[in-house]
Amino acid sequence: MLEIAIGIILGCCALGAGTAMIAGIGPGIGEGNAVAKACEAIGRQPECKGDVTTTMLMGCAIAETTGLYALVIAILLIFVAPDLLVEVLKANI
Amino acid sequence: MNQKNRCFKAVDTLYILMMVLPVIAGLIIKLLTKPASEGITITGAQIFFEIPMPVQNLLITESQVNSLFVLIMVFGLCLYLTHGIMGEKLMKRHLLAKWVVEKVEKMVVGNMGPYFKGFTSFVIAILALSGFSSLITLFGLFPPTSDVNIVAGWAVLVFILITYYKFKCGPVQYIKGLADPVALLPLNLIGEVATPVSMAFRHYGNVLSGSVISVLVATGLQGLSKLVLGFLPGFLGEFPFLQIGLPAVLSVYFDVFSGCLQAYIFAMLTMLYVSGGFPLELYEERKRKKQQKRLMAKTNGGN
Repeated sequence: MLEIAIGIILGCCALGAGTAMIAGIGPGIGEGNAVAKACEAIGRQPECKGDVTTTMLMGCAIAETTGLYALVIAILLIFVAPDLLVEVLKANI
Repeated sequence: MNQKNRCFKAVDTLYILMMVLPVIAGLIIKLLTKPASEGITITGAQIFFEIPMPVQNLLITESQVNSLFVLIMVFGLCLYLTHGIMGEKLMKRHLLAKWVVEKVEKMVVGNMGPYFKGFTSFVIAILALSGFSSLITLFGLFPPTSDVNIVAGWAVLVFILITYYKFKCGPVQYIKGLADPVALLPLNLIGEVATPVSMAFRHYGNVLSGSVISVLVATGLQGLSKLVLGFLPGFLGEFPFLQIGLPAVLSVYFDVFSGCLQAYIFAMLTMLYVSGGFPLELYEERKRKKQQKRLMAKTNGGN
């Protein structure tokens, strides 16, 4: 019985981590849009290439934040949560 | 003259040793404490020892030790670059140091305004610390920036700075800024706390995800080369030939480019948040009023 419970915990942690990383779609689309607009701006005004590039990198870094939250949750689910939950389970039995 | 020259060179050597010795010390510590394991694994920072504390044990980990090594390295680099800068003839490294300071000063004044010109040294310190902490992976050491505790410490420092500059116009102004429409107060409070959290997670998540992806690719290539070239006899079959090349290219992006970019972004966000939270016009008006009041009091007292 205990093996089945631990198996369910491990499997659900992996599933949760995988599901959390769906959030990677958002920053991908957003950053793609940002880079596309930056390319357009550089094509229109090549003289302000430096400014556009630095602003775009800043914006990309901020847009990436939601994806990184998802990554942190996934990493917690994979590396931290299983041990913790198994300990809780063993303590309650 | 000759003796002076020799003295100069001796001090130079000392500074160079100060830059090189921490890396060697870190490698030796890593060799001594790394547990024997097969293949490549994803692990957090190694815990060296624990100091008992009332609430929770204080863990002394690899990341703390490595960040201290980085501090010593940056200190040595600064001393080396500015050694003899007051002398009569300028050397190449003096010009380099001046160039760095001028560039960052221009960036700070451009982003924060001339009032914050004194922030230049702080911004350079953040840039150098964060950049070198990420670049230390090139020597095979554990990067302190991929541990959330180190980066969270920096983020808390920045948060204290932001709050200090918001408080410069008095606590009434601070509370007014938070609860401008009173209904938005909880949201603003969450936003206030979210700033350091997002700064810490952004830096740490970027560096950590890079190292996780590098390890995954390296492990995958090891398995692939065992599968494809496993039929070769002896040493040739066991050596992972496919591991040559691709991980190095990934490392150039994840370690060098991403590390430097994150350092730049951290410094940039620090500047933007600090200058964005400080109402400069209000502060100057307040200062002027205070001065006028003091002047009036003085003249009244004189009469």
